[in-house]
Amino acid sequence: MNRLSPFNVVSLTLGFVFLYVPMLILVIYSFNESKLVTVWAGFSTKWYGELLANDAFLDAAWVTLKVAVLSSTIATILGTMAAYVLVRGGRFFGRTLFSGMIYAPLVMPEVITGLSLLLLFIGIGLDRGVLTIVLAHTTFSMCFVSVVVSSRLMTFDQSLEEAALDLGASPFEAFRLITLPIIAPAVISGWLLAFTLSLDDLVIASFTSGPSATTLPMKIWSSVRLGVSPEINALSTILIGLVTVGVIAASLASKQAALRAKRDEQQAARTA
Amino acid sequence: MAETVFAPWDDPDAKPLIRFRNVTKRFGDFTAIDDLTLDIFAQEFFALLGPSGCGKTTMMRMLAGFENPTEGAIELAGQDIAGVPPNKRAVNMMFQSYALFPHLSVWENIAFGLRRESRDKGAISARVEEMLKLTRLEKFAKRKPHQISGGQRQRVALARSLAKAPKLLLLDEPLGALDAKLREATQFELMDIQEKTGTTFVIVTHDQEEAMTVASRVAVMDEGRIMQVATPEHIYEAPQSVYVADFIGDVNIIRGTTKAAGEDRYQINWADGHSPLHAVSNRPFSDGQNCHLAIRPEKVSIHSGQPQADNAVQGKVLDIAYLGNLSTYHVELASGEIIKAQVANTRRISRRDFTWEDPVWISWTETAGVLLDQ
Repeated sequence: MNRLSPFNVVSLTLGFVFLYVPMLILVIYSFNESKLVTVWAGFSTKWYGELLANDAFLDAAWVTLKVAVLSSTIATILGTMAAYVLVRGGRFFGRTLFSGMIYAPLVMPEVITGLSLLLLFIGIGLDRGVLTIVLAHTTFSMCFVSVVVSSRLMTFDQSLEEAALDLGASPFEAFRLITLPIIAPAVISGWLLAFTLSLDDLVIASFTSGPSATTLPMKIWSSVRLGVSPEINALSTILIGLVTVGVIAASLASKQAALRAKRDEQQAARTA
Repeated sequence: MAETVFAPWDDPDAKPLIRFRNVTKRFGDFTAIDDLTLDIFAQEFFALLGPSGCGKTTMMRMLAGFENPTEGAIELAGQDIAGVPPNKRAVNMMFQSYALFPHLSVWENIAFGLRRESRDKGAISARVEEMLKLTRLEKFAKRKPHQISGGQRQRVALARSLAKAPKLLLLDEPLGALDAKLREATQFELMDIQEKTGTTFVIVTHDQEEAMTVASRVAVMDEGRIMQVATPEHIYEAPQSVYVADFIGDVNIIRGTTKAAGEDRYQINWADGHSPLHAVSNRPFSDGQNCHLAIRPEKVSIHSGQPQADNAVQGKVLDIAYLGNLSTYHVELASGEIIKAQVANTRRISRRDFTWEDPVWISWTETAGVLLDQ
C-alpha cells in the first residue's frame, strides 16, 4: 500500500478537524459541571439527569418520534405506490408531467413548502397540531421515498413479475410476493430517509405545528435562543451517540451481507 | 409392425392445439407480426426460428398473454384466448433470463405456481419432489438461485414452468446462456422431458442447429411473416425460398434461366459460354424464367479429372476451410462464382488430394439441387 504523502496527511487532518472538532467540543462540554457552557469546572453527568427530569424536552422528543414514525410510514407507502405507477404504469396521459413533478419538492425551498402547507391547513380549517405536522412531513418526504424506490424499480428485471403472473399469481400477488421482497432494501432505506428528514426538520414543523405540538428541533431552537444550556449539550450528545451506533450497525450489516453473497457465489462455482 | 409416425400436421382431421388466425400485431407504426396463420398440434415440439426482430418473441408473448393481437385471433384448444390474462392461461413460459425469484429457494421457486392454485400442502410437496427428480435437482432444493450454476438455474426454470403441467410450454431462447457442450446435452434433456411429460413445447430460437435438433417442426420467420413451416428434414432438403435455404445451413446459389427439358426436368442457363446445368424440379418453371439453383455443399463432390456426372464444372481451389471432420473447399469457377464443396475427411490430412490453386472439377447430380423461383 502507498504511504500517505505529507500533503494527504495535512488535508485528511484538516477535513476531520473541521467535521468533528465542533461535535467533540459539544460532547466534552455535556459532561461539564458548570452551568456556564464555556467554562470547564470538572466532570459531571448531572445535566443528563436534569434532562431526564425535564418534561418539556421529553414531551418534545416523544412528539418528534411519533411524527417521524407516522409520517415516514405513510410516506413510504404512498411513495412506493407512486414510484411503481410511474415506472411500471406504461405510458399514460401526463406521465412525464407527473414524474417531473415528483422531483419538485426536492428542490423547493422548505420555507415555501411550509408556508403553502400552512395556508392550506388554515384554508380547510384544520387545527394545527401533531396531525398537521405528520401530513406536512409526509408530503415532503414522500418524494424522497419515491425517488429512491423508482431508481431501484428501474433496474428491476420485469420478467420476474411476468413469471409470477405466468405461474398464476394475480397482479397484486406478484407485487406482494415477488416485487416487494426484492425491492425491500430500497423501501427500507426510503423509510429511513423519510424518518431522518422528519426527525431533523425545523422549518416545515414550525410552520405547520400548533401550540399543542412542539417537536424536539423546535424545542432546541427555541431554548437556544434563550441561551445555550448544558442540557442541550447532553441532549445533542445522546443524539450523536444514537446516530453513530445506527451508522456503524448499518455498515456492519451491509458488510456481512456482502461477505455472505461472496461466499454463496464461491460455493455455487465449486458445485457447478 | 408399421410404426405410426407422429405427423398430425399431415392429418386433415387432426385438431390443432394452437391456431393463429390472420394475426397481426403492431407496436405503433411497426408491424411485428403480419397477417400470420399457423397451426400447432398437441405434443409437438415446435420451433420458431428467425433472426432477431423477426417477430418470434412477439408470437410467444402473445401465447403467454403479455401481448394481445391487434387483429385476428389466437385459439388455444378451440377457445379464443385474446383478453385472457396470463395468470388465467394454461400456458407456462420459461424465460430467456430464467426469471428465477432470487429471494426464494429452488424448492419455493418450483412450488410458487402450485401454491397459487392449491392449498393442499401434501400435493404441492409431492409435485415439487417429482419435478426436482425429473430435472435432477434434489440436492439443490434448499439453495437460492445465486447459489447454483447456470446449467442448474436453467433446469430450475424448466422445472418451475413444468410444475403446473401446462397444456403448452413456451421456451424463450432457453439455452442461450449455456456454453456449447452444456447446450448440446441440455437439448437432448429437453427432448427427453418433452417426451416423458407429453407437453406441447414451443421454442423460440435464433440458433438453427438447436431448432433442427429438438423440433418436430420448424417455422422459419422473417419480418413478421412465416417463410416456411415443415419438419427439419424438409426445411433443409426442400426449402421453398432462397431465404429459407440460405438461413438454414450453408448453401450455394446459382442464378440462371430455365428451359424445359422433359417432364420435371429443366436446363439452367447460368453463364455465357458454359454448358447448361440440369436439375429436376416438381415446381413448374416456364421457359426463360429467372431461377435460383440451391445446392448444399455436402452434395457437391470434387475431382481432379472430368467426372461423368449430370453437372460438372471446372474451377480452381481458392480456399480450404478445415473443420476437423470436414473440409470445405471454396472453388472459383471461370465465371467468377464461388461454389463450396464439402468433403468428409476420411483420410489423414497428409494425404489430402487437393490444395490451394489446384485446378479441379466439381459435380453434382440433377436431383441434388433445389430449383427456386424466389
